[in-house]
Amino acid sequence: MYKSLLRHYGHTYLVETAWLYFFIFPWLVGFFLWTAGPMAYSVYLSFTKYEILTPPSWIGAKNYVNLVKDPLFWQSLKVTTVYTFVSLPLGLAGSLAVAVLLNQRVPGMSFWRTIYYVPAVVSGVPVAVLWRWLFNPEYGIINWLLWQLFGIQGPAWLYSKTWVIPAFILMSLWGIGGGMVIYLGALQNVPTEIYEAAMLDGAGAMRKFLSVTLPMISPVIFFNLVTGIIGSFQVFTSSYVMTAGGPSNASLFYLLYLYRNAWQYLKMGYASALAWVLFWIIMAFTAISFRSAGGWVYYEGMARAR
Amino acid sequence: MATPLSRDFAFPGKPRRAGILARKSTQQAIIKYAALVVIVIGAAVISVPLLWMISTSFKTDQQVYLTPPVWIPNPITLQNFITGLTIQPFGLFFKNTLIITLGSTLGTVLSCTFVAFGFARLRGIGRDFWFIVLLATMMLPGLVTMIPVYLIFKGLGWLNTFKPLIVPSFFGGPWSIFLLRQFFLTHPLELDDAARIDGCGYFGIYWRLMLPLSRPAVAAIAIFSFMGNWNDFMGPLIYLSDQHKFTVPLALSFFQSTPTYTGHLNWLMAVSLVALLPCLLIFFFAQRVFIQGIVFTGVKG
Repeated sequence: MYKSLLRHYGHTYLVETAWLYFFIFPWLVGFFLWTAGPMAYSVYLSFTKYEILTPPSWIGAKNYVNLVKDPLFWQSLKVTTVYTFVSLPLGLAGSLAVAVLLNQRVPGMSFWRTIYYVPAVVSGVPVAVLWRWLFNPEYGIINWLLWQLFGIQGPAWLYSKTWVIPAFILMSLWGIGGGMVIYLGALQNVPTEIYEAAMLDGAGAMRKFLSVTLPMISPVIFFNLVTGIIGSFQVFTSSYVMTAGGPSNASLFYLLYLYRNAWQYLKMGYASALAWVLFWIIMAFTAISFRSAGGWVYYEGMARAR
Repeated sequence: MATPLSRDFAFPGKPRRAGILARKSTQQAIIKYAALVVIVIGAAVISVPLLWMISTSFKTDQQVYLTPPVWIPNPITLQNFITGLTIQPFGLFFKNTLIITLGSTLGTVLSCTFVAFGFARLRGIGRDFWFIVLLATMMLPGLVTMIPVYLIFKGLGWLNTFKPLIVPSFFGGPWSIFLLRQFFLTHPLELDDAARIDGCGYFGIYWRLMLPLSRPAVAAIAIFSFMGNWNDFMGPLIYLSDQHKFTVPLALSFFQSTPTYTGHLNWLMAVSLVALLPCLLIFFFAQRVFIQGIVFTGVKG
C-alpha cells in the first residue's frame, strides 16, 4: 500500500500530504462532529415526525408533500428571495464604491473609514432595536427626515405590508461597511508597481480601476458575492426582533419560519425538511456563481499551485 | 481642446509625455476633492441612526418624543444608563457575553489560521476534495445541523451552559477559513520556496511567514469573530433558557418589548448603546493592527 503510494506520488509529496492533514486536522474533526454526522441525522429527521417528547417515527416524504401545500412556506420563500435579489447587488456595488472612495488619500481618511465601518461593527439585536424605532411612523427619524428634506409623507414601514421589505433592504445597506473593509484589505494588497507600470503605459484612473484593481481584487469580490448569497437567505435576528414576521407574514423570513417550526411548534421533522429545501436553493445559486468564477476571478498564487 | 480630465478617459492607452506631470497632479486633486464631497455626504447619511441613538440615550423623558427631534439633549442626563442597566441585571448579562465571546474568538483565530494555511499553501492527496467539502459546509444553512447538534449537546447535558457556544469554535469555522485562504493565496508561492531553502519547516512558514504577512486578514478574522460572537443571537436563543445565563443580545430582545423599556425609549437606547460599546472599543483598538498590517503586507519587490 505505502510502497505503491510512494511510487505513484514520490516521497516529497507524501510528506507534504502528511503536513496538509496535520494543518486541517482540527477542522476535519469538527466537520465529522458538528457537520457530517448531524447532516446525515438531519436527512433522516426530515423523513420523520419528531416532536421531541416521543422518538422520531418514519413518515416517508410526507413532510415534503406538506411543505408544497404550505402557504407560509411559499410566503417565506418569496420574502427571502425578493430581499436577497434586491439587497445583495445593491450591497456589493455600494461597498465596493465606498472602499474605492476611501482608498484615496483624502484628508481625514481614517476618520471617514471609521464612520462607514461603524454600522458594520454594531450588527445584531441592539441594531434591530434601534431600527425598529427609526422606522416608527410617528416618532421615527426616517419619516421626519423624508418630510423635512423632500416633503414626502413617509410610509408606515414595519407596519405596512408593502414597505416592510424595503425597510429591511434599507437597513441592510446601512451595513455596507462590512464588505467595504474586506475590499479595502484587498485594495491595499495590490502591489503598487502594477499601478506604476500601468501609469507608465498611460493608463488613466478608470482604466487602472478596470484593468488592474478589479482583476486583482476579484477573489474578494467573489468572496463577498458567495457569502452574500448565503447570508441573505439566512436573515433571522432582525426579523425576529423588529417585526416577528409581521404584518400578516409580510416579513416572514425563511429562517424565522424554520425556527418557529423547530423551536416553538417543536416540529423537528418538518423543520428539517424546510432546512433541506433552503439548502438546495442556496446550493443552486452558489453553484451558478462558481460556474461563472473561472471567467472573471484571478488568483496570483493559483497560477503556480495547479 | 479636451480638458485634462476627459483626455485621460478618451485616450487611456496613449503613452504619457513627461510634460504632463504637472497637469496630472491638478487632475488628481480634482478627483480627490470630488471623492471627498461624496464621502462626506455619505458619512452624514450613514451616521444619522447612531447619532440619534446616542442623543436619545442622554435625554430626559420629556425630550424623547418631541418633534422636531432634539439632537443635543438639554439637560444631558446619565440617569438612563443607571436605571436602564440596573432595572434588569445587565451587569451579569455583560459578564456572560464576555466569557462566551473571548473563548470563541480565541478558538476561531487559532484554529482557522491553522487550517487555512493547510488549504492555501500545501498540496496533498485529497486537498481539493476536502476543500470542496469545506465550501459545501459554508453553504449549509445553520439550522440543517442545528437541530441534531442541539440534540448532541442535549445528550451531553450541555444545555443551558456556555459550552455549546464556545467549544465548536476551536474546530475552525468554514467562513473564516475560506477568507483566510483567499488572502493566503494572494501571496506568491516563491515566498514559501525561499523560506524552505532557508531551512524553514511548514509550521515555521505558517507561524513566522504567513501569519505576519497576513496580519490584516488575521486581524479582520479576530474582529469579525469577536463581533459575530458578541452579537450572536440565535445560539444563545436556542441554548440558554435560564435568565441568569442570558447574553446581552438575548436579554435585550427579551426585554425590548416590555413596558419598562417601550415606555422609556431613552432607557432602551442607553442599554443598546452600552451593548454596542465593546465592539466599538475593540474596533478602535484593532484599527492600529490594521494599519501596521498594511505596512507589513505584500511583497513589494
